Amino acid sequence: MNPISELIQYLVSSLSLGGLYALMALGLVIVYGILRLVNFAYGELVMVAGYGLLLFGESPLPFIIVAILSVIAAIIAGVAMERVAFRPVRNSNAMTMLITSFAVSTLLQSIALLAISPRPRAPNLPSIFVESLTLGSLQVKIVDLIGIVAGVLALVSLTVFLRRTVIGLALRAAADDFTMTRLLGVPANRVISAAFAISGMMAGIVAIFWIGRTGQTYPTVGLQPVLIAFIASVLGGMESLKGAVLGGYVLGFLTIGLQTWLPQGVNNYRDAVMFGIVILVLLIQPQGLIRPSYSREVR
Amino acid sequence: MSAVATRREAPRRSLVNTLSTPVILIVGLVIIALISQWRADVVFDRVVTVLFINLLLAVGLQIFMGNSGLGSFGQYAFVTIGAYSSIWFSLTPAQKRMALPDMPKTWWLYEQHQPFLIALLIAVAIGGLFGALIGVPLVRLRGASFTIATFALLIVVNRVALQWAELTRGARTVLGIPKYTDLNVALIGAAIVIVIAFAFKESTIGLKLRASREDEDAAASIGINAAWGRWVAWTLSAAISALGGALWAHFIQQFSPHNFYLRETFLIVAMLVIGGAGSVSGAAIGAVLVALGQEELRQVENWINVERTANSVVGNLIPFEVRGFADIVLAIAIILVLVWRPSGITQGREITINTFRRLLPGGRRIPQGEADPVLGKTS
Repeated sequence: MNPISELIQYLVSSLSLGGLYALMALGLVIVYGILRLVNFAYGELVMVAGYGLLLFGESPLPFIIVAILSVIAAIIAGVAMERVAFRPVRNSNAMTMLITSFAVSTLLQSIALLAISPRPRAPNLPSIFVESLTLGSLQVKIVDLIGIVAGVLALVSLTVFLRRTVIGLALRAAADDFTMTRLLGVPANRVISAAFAISGMMAGIVAIFWIGRTGQTYPTVGLQPVLIAFIASVLGGMESLKGAVLGGYVLGFLTIGLQTWLPQGVNNYRDAVMFGIVILVLLIQPQGLIRPSYSREVR
Repeated sequence: MSAVATRREAPRRSLVNTLSTPVILIVGLVIIALISQWRADVVFDRVVTVLFINLLLAVGLQIFMGNSGLGSFGQYAFVTIGAYSSIWFSLTPAQKRMALPDMPKTWWLYEQHQPFLIALLIAVAIGGLFGALIGVPLVRLRGASFTIATFALLIVVNRVALQWAELTRGARTVLGIPKYTDLNVALIGAAIVIVIAFAFKESTIGLKLRASREDEDAAASIGINAAWGRWVAWTLSAAISALGGALWAHFIQQFSPHNFYLRETFLIVAMLVIGGAGSVSGAAIGAVLVALGQEELRQVENWINVERTANSVVGNLIPFEVRGFADIVLAIAIILVLVWRPSGITQGREITINTFRRLLPGGRRIPQGEADPVLGKTS
């Protein structure tokens, strides 16, 4: 393969993975920005959508409908999660909320284990997930191209939503200063529900492409995405949506780059290095790559 | 030092009353051990031994979380280190050839063979040293940042353990470790840790740390260095976690890095939160309740599954194989506790002689002060 097509290959893979990581991080950060809650159970929203793909995929519906239904399932799960578990502990300290989310995560995983199966199951995915385009010496997976487009589309529509709608404005204001926003008459419950709905939607979109990559869904399928979301959002800055997106793309480029150019022996320690970097960022540059400032954001 | 003054004013907080807590807790553990001996049931003996080791870990976590008010998900990083470093020293070279086949025979470590007690102490020293080093930068963090950092630490240690085959045999299970830990050893370990946790809580540095937990600025204004107290508590807690890992390794006799991850972390955190993170009694009571509750649920689970295979009436009522039911109940329990009684069952109080006196007819309830939402009453 010549260097140019190698570069294009790298860019396509990185942009696709980076977009996916950015969506993962966004789903985590949109909730953190408002509640200061690191939602460990975010990964289980991915799992819910994954089992949605499995369940709805059994029906004769076209895949696009199956995908939309799965995303809706994740949105409902996200909103329900907030209503049942997080609302009662909302005014407690960070530790209580963290432990609650840890418990919710375990609960949902155990339920999937009990009610469905501990074994990985393969949802019916359209063949588009495995096909590649060949252009000369260049081989590009179609799903990577769709991933890039979907990632950009999701980011653009989220930006428009946050900028152009009243609830979007309320969300940005709440992330900046929740108490002040409430004093100005914005209903807290509705804003938080909206944040969890967006979080669920991100998880749902992530699930389609994540499970599309691996082809399987299982009770702990959400663990890896939530860990990636952690790294990306800490890198970019836990309190900034822009930071989450940037962190996601940086991590995507880094992951593919390390995978391509590092020897296998070193690559085995990739996760260890990544989480080592997380600790370092928290220590040295706790605000991440982008300083938090919602009011000046997404403009 | 307002705490000392309060102690003089409150007649019930006598020295005897304060010192009664570790005695009561240890007597409780001894009673559980005696019940186990009387039942002479191998399964129950096993449950109680694991219970004591988990109790040790929960109390070890309480030393840090209870006194500093910061949450840690990183205890199992030190359990991992403790478990592996203890077997490096307790196994003979011949046993290492079986258990750790990837360790080069030329290594100094390969030749080491120490008595169990020495191996335990070395494991505690290594775990404590690692905790002390990593703790220097870590204790500067607060709130969610700190907890995320400890979580990241757990993952780093887990991934390194999975890869560093010379020291850990990688992802494969280490087999053939001699069984040095039994019920009595675990009991002694748990009792020692309860005493340490209690001594730390009541020590000057523990008192200062609890003061800065309540209000760091106010504590700093009277010259209390919160970071120092946090570091001491963190290091102590790391060393104790390593001890727990070392004891567990020599009880279970075979393990891999997969045994020291999120599920296990969740169990210990659940024990502490359900019992009440603010007191040593809370950690101990939570550990006993969670462990015995889980065991009961597991038996129900087994019974249902047996009924199902037997195709009996009860068995046919349940359409699927029951698995992980105990975890579901535990997760629901922890959410309910956090919603309704965020300071746990003990509300951050210790069990003392007074607790029992109050239960007697005519017993006087001691008025309780305002409680912190999570850690409960502080004194």
